[in-house]
Amino acid sequence: MFVNQFLFLGAILFCIGVYGVLARRNGVLVLMSIELILNSVNINLIAFGQLHKDISGQVFALFIIAVAAAEVGVGLAIVMMLYRNRRSIDIDDVDLMKG
Amino acid sequence: MFAADLLVAQNIAFYLTAAMMVFGAVKVVTVKNMVHAALWLVIVFAGMAAMFILLAAEFIAVTQVLVYIGAIVVLFLFGIMLTRAPMGRSTELDNGPQAKGIAVVVGLLLAAVLGYALWDGFRDTEFGDFAVQRTGEVSDSIFSTYLVPFEVVSVLLLGALIGAIVLARRD
Repeated sequence: MFVNQFLFLGAILFCIGVYGVLARRNGVLVLMSIELILNSVNINLIAFGQLHKDISGQVFALFIIAVAAAEVGVGLAIVMMLYRNRRSIDIDDVDLMKG
Repeated sequence: MFAADLLVAQNIAFYLTAAMMVFGAVKVVTVKNMVHAALWLVIVFAGMAAMFILLAAEFIAVTQVLVYIGAIVVLFLFGIMLTRAPMGRSTELDNGPQAKGIAVVVGLLLAAVLGYALWDGFRDTEFGDFAVQRTGEVSDSIFSTYLVPFEVVSVLLLGALIGAIVLARRD
């Protein structure tokens, strides 16, 4: 099997995730797209770990899974806070920092 | 052990799973119902676990199922319900057509750059023999080479736990 099969799959999923982050307006759906991006990186790490017969790829993938879990926990807490304060999770409404 | 041209079953499994994952990912970013988006995300995560098994990384595949499908998707469903998002179809989920056009252009540009870089760098690289990387080796590596990063990740998880409680607390 070619390494590129897995690398191209990761790249396509990454681009779909980037499209989701830019095109979606709902906070929870933006977080879902970010999860898609983080997950597509893992396949590259595992593929290169298998290519070079190095275990470090798997260890880094485990670290990314842990960081993604932490990120989604804090992210959903922020979205809930937003909903409690504004009765809406539309991220276009969060423009207080705009001059 | 395996000649590269003999891995027919693996190639068929790869392309079926990959097509399913790309379809599911497109559905996640386009579907009009938030609960359906979370369920399509399950398809993508399960396909990713299958890819890890194809790459002979069993422990990561099991972790993927436990953490992503078991915990993160449930967390997303709770997030959808607690924010009283519309359960049915909704037109309020997406940006306007202009922002969508920009998003399509950015995504396609990124795909072109990534695709060219990968094609240029790894055109004919093959895996050769697949070596099963045992779970024992993973744990040996974590607790010797990567001991300090492992402790840092523990502290990060503790910080995220406390931060999420502080943010979501009702006071």
